[in-house]
This record gives sequence, structure tokens and C-alpha cells, in this order.
Amino acid sequence: MSEFLFLYRGGDSSASPEEMQQTMHKWMTWMKELGDSGHLKAIGNPLEPAGKVVKGSQKTITDGPYAEAKDLVGGYTLINAKDLAEAAELSKGCPIFETGGFVEVRPIMQINM
Amino acid sequence: MAAPAVELDEHLFRHEAGRMVAALIRIFGVHNLALAEDVVQDAFCRALEVWKFRGVPENPSAWLMATAKHRAIDVLRRERTARTFAPELSRFLESEWTLSPAVHELFETNAIQDDELRMMFSCCHPRLGEPAQIALILHILCGFSVGEVAAAFLSGNAAIEKRITRAKKVLAGSKRLFELTEKDFSTRLSAVQRALYLLFNEGYHGASAESAVRAELCGEALRLAGLLCRHPLASTPATLALGALMCLHAARLPGRVDASGDLHSLLEQDRSRWDIELMAEGQRLLDLSATGTELTEYHIEAAIANVHARAGSAAETDWQRIVSLYEMLLAIRPSPVVALNRAIAMAQHKGPERGLEAMRAIEGVDRLARYPFYPAALGELELRSGRPEAAHGYFRAALALARNTMERRFLERRIAACQANGCGMGGLDEKRTPESQVQEL
Repeated sequence: MSEFLFLYRGGDSSASPEEMQQTMHKWMTWMKELGDSGHLKAIGNPLEPAGKVVKGSQKTITDGPYAEAKDLVGGYTLINAKDLAEAAELSKGCPIFETGGFVEVRPIMQINM
Repeated sequence: MAAPAVELDEHLFRHEAGRMVAALIRIFGVHNLALAEDVVQDAFCRALEVWKFRGVPENPSAWLMATAKHRAIDVLRRERTARTFAPELSRFLESEWTLSPAVHELFETNAIQDDELRMMFSCCHPRLGEPAQIALILHILCGFSVGEVAAAFLSGNAAIEKRITRAKKVLAGSKRLFELTEKDFSTRLSAVQRALYLLFNEGYHGASAESAVRAELCGEALRLAGLLCRHPLASTPATLALGALMCLHAARLPGRVDASGDLHSLLEQDRSRWDIELMAEGQRLLDLSATGTELTEYHIEAAIANVHARAGSAAETDWQRIVSLYEMLLAIRPSPVVALNRAIAMAQHKGPERGLEAMRAIEGVDRLARYPFYPAALGELELRSGRPEAAHGYFRAALALARNTMERRFLERRIAACQANGCGMGGLDEKRTPESQVQEL
């Protein structure tokens, strides 16, 4: 088993209350399925949309977000999977695709000492 | 690790949307309706982001309210120099000392219940027509999006968007919310009752094909009528009777459409599927409504529904009482639909020929020209009188007017019944008393 990071990017939030409740229900169902099948390493966290960016040798601080809203990371989850292909396959169940967002799947680097 | 459990009341967001927006409009002022809606949307976005990772909190309603409240305080602090908020609250909102306690107080449960009622009364503004009032109530107090309102009324998005935008303008232009202590309270209360009645009817008898949409509209009307019934000023006998009629009708919803999505008339429904709790609540409200001197149409409609609720079967129903109740209703509210119902009850009571006679005597029958259940009722009575050919013609006419798949399937079944009766053979299937197929109106 290897570990992977799911980064949730973008996703439209201009839905009606009923639709948002349904979206949330789908997310929670999906997370539960990941947990039940042993793929959920850590459920992770949501991220605030606004932040700061610190850059350059001068360490200049500017206001985030620094990405376009459609690419903004909204949260992350740690996943157990056999390989990158399986992790990518698991991400297909994510409800974010229904609201125009996407999932970035990144392997956590393995260190074999 | 395991993900948090998935537990949430159905339509929680929708109902909380109405409560939050009502509380926020009270604070921001009715002219800042759009700002209030933004804050609500924001609270839902936060809930969605946080809850999907952390699970639903122990008290989701309180969580949402607290989020909206904190956001409201931020907005008030940030914009109090640029905007005017609710004028009657301005002295509390201007000072940093009183702002936060004032907002906290306005978010107390009792305060919010009053806000919802104020909002309901404000939506029934006399400058708005009934369809606009209902659309506004659904949009603001029930959290329906424009698309959801349009789906409920089988209407185009653009038409509903226009209706809601205009209604919001009227509302925002009314400067302040309607207060429940105003001198034209009783006039406005009748408008509110009427709007909720129409909302319920749209769910119960409307043309929306999907039974899920129908049940939701009935559920929303019931919830809002419950708010009226629980308020000391608003719970007049007419309000209680309205609540009773909604409960008694809604109790029958589970019997109206079966598992395969087929529509069943009142007379052929499986009464064991009726909701006993709602029926008991309806009877309780009906008892409570029997005070004072005013006999409203809601009282009579509730009484009719109660006669059905008490009857173990169509055959055991006191049809004579139903006929006389419809006659009382006709006296208060003359309408061809009421007259049609009376005629159908008459057929049950005195036989199909008497029913047909009553149907032919309906005044203003041309107003039923597009109503599929008028020819359908004629068809049923003809069929029962042993004239399947005539019946067949009426059912075909009804089918041409059918508004959705459920109605079409219902009428196709009736056409098949005419053919089974041999069209002209005069044979009648005794077990299947054909007029029991007449759609309850």
C-alpha cells in the first residue's frame, strides 16, 4: 500500500440549498465508502479560500489566493492505494466533478532507507 | 480511518435557508434582501466545506445559525458607514457595545419564528398577485431556487425569474417588514392563508407530474401553516381550519400514488396507507377551529376531508353529509370545480343518473373546458349508467387534456375499461364500481 494525496480543486458553489445538501450528502457517502474499503488514511481538511503568499528573497507577503478560483485548492485527503492507477480510479467517485471541479492525485514520496 | 456518519434531516438546508434569511432581513432591513441572501449562501458554502470533512455537527441548525450570525456581525461592522440597515435597529447597530448582543438576541429561536412569520406576511404584499406571492414564499422562506420554483409550477425558468425579480423589487420597495400588530393584520392574514392554501393545492392537485415535487410543496405549505397555527395572533379559527384541511389531505398522499407511480382516486385508494398521525393532527386542529362565529371555506373543506378520513371505505362514507357540505361550500365560494365535486358526491349518494344531472346543471361549466377531470367524471358516470360508448368518447376527450404522464396513464386505464365493457354491450363489471375511478378533486 502506498499513500496518495487528493487535492480538491475548484468547484462551483452557486447552487440552491437543496442541491447543496444533496452535494454534501454525496461527499459524505463517498468519504464513508473510502473509509469502509480501507482507503481512507486521513480524511484531511477544508482550506480557507483566502490566505497569504510569501515570496522571493525579500520574503514579500501578498494576499492570496494566488490561483484562479477554478484551480483553487479547497481541501485535501490522504488515501491508501496500491498504486497511482488505483488512486486515480478511486478519485472518480468524488462528487466534485458534478460541480465543475477536479481532483489532483499526488503520490506521497516513499523513502526507503 | 472511518469517515463521519451521514445523518441529516431531509430538506434541512432548505428550511434553514428560510429561517436564516428571515432573521437576516430583520437585521439588515428588507431593502438589503440580496445581502441577506448572500450571507445565507455563504453559510451553506461553509457548512458544505467543513461538514464533508468533519461530519455533520451535533446540532446542524444551530451551527448554520451561528455561522450566519457571525457573518452578519462582520457585515454590519464593515458596512455600517456605507449602508443603512433596519432603521428600527439602527441605534443598537451603531454602537460596538450593543451590536453583538443585539444580533445575538435577534438570532434567538423565538425571535426567528417571529421573523419567519413577518416575512410570510411581507411576501403577501397587496401589490403582488397570488402567483407572485406564492413564488416569493417558496423562494425566500422555503429556499427554492428559481429553477425549483419553475419545476414546481411546470413553468419556464425565464417567466419565474421575471416574476420573482419583480416581486423582490416590490418587497424591497416596501421599506420595512409587515408587523404582526398592524391594523390591517386580519386582511393580510387572509392573504397569507390563501397563499398557503394555493401552495398546498398546487402540490396536491397541481399539474406537476412528479409525485416527489407534489409532496414537497404540500410539506412546505404544512410547515408554514404550522408556524401560523402556533402563533397566538395568527392562530385564528380560520388558520386552524386551514391547518386541519392540509393535515387531513396530506394524510392521504401516500395512498394517492402507488409504488408503480399510478394515480388512484380517493375511492379506490388503499386506506391502510393513509398517515394516521397526520389524520389525528388534522382532527385535533379541526376541533380547535370550531370556535367563534365565522365559518370559512377552510372549515368546510376540512370537514369534508374529515368525513373521508373517518370512513373505513368509500362505501361506508356518509355521502349525504358530503353533498350538503359541498352545497355550503358553493354558497361561500361558488365555483364550477366545487360544483363538479358536489355532482360526483351526488352520484355516490343517489346514483350516476342523478350525478349526470347535477353535472349538466353546473354553472360556468365552460371554465372547466381545459380541466381533464370534467370529461373524465362524465365518462365515469356514463360508464356506470351502462353507456360505455359515450364514456369512451369522454375519456378520449379527457386524455387530450391530460397534463402529465400520471394523468395520461390513469385515463388510458379508464379507456381500456370502456373497451373491456364491450362498448355497447352494456355489461358492467360490478366489482369495479366504475365511478369509483373519478378523480377526487
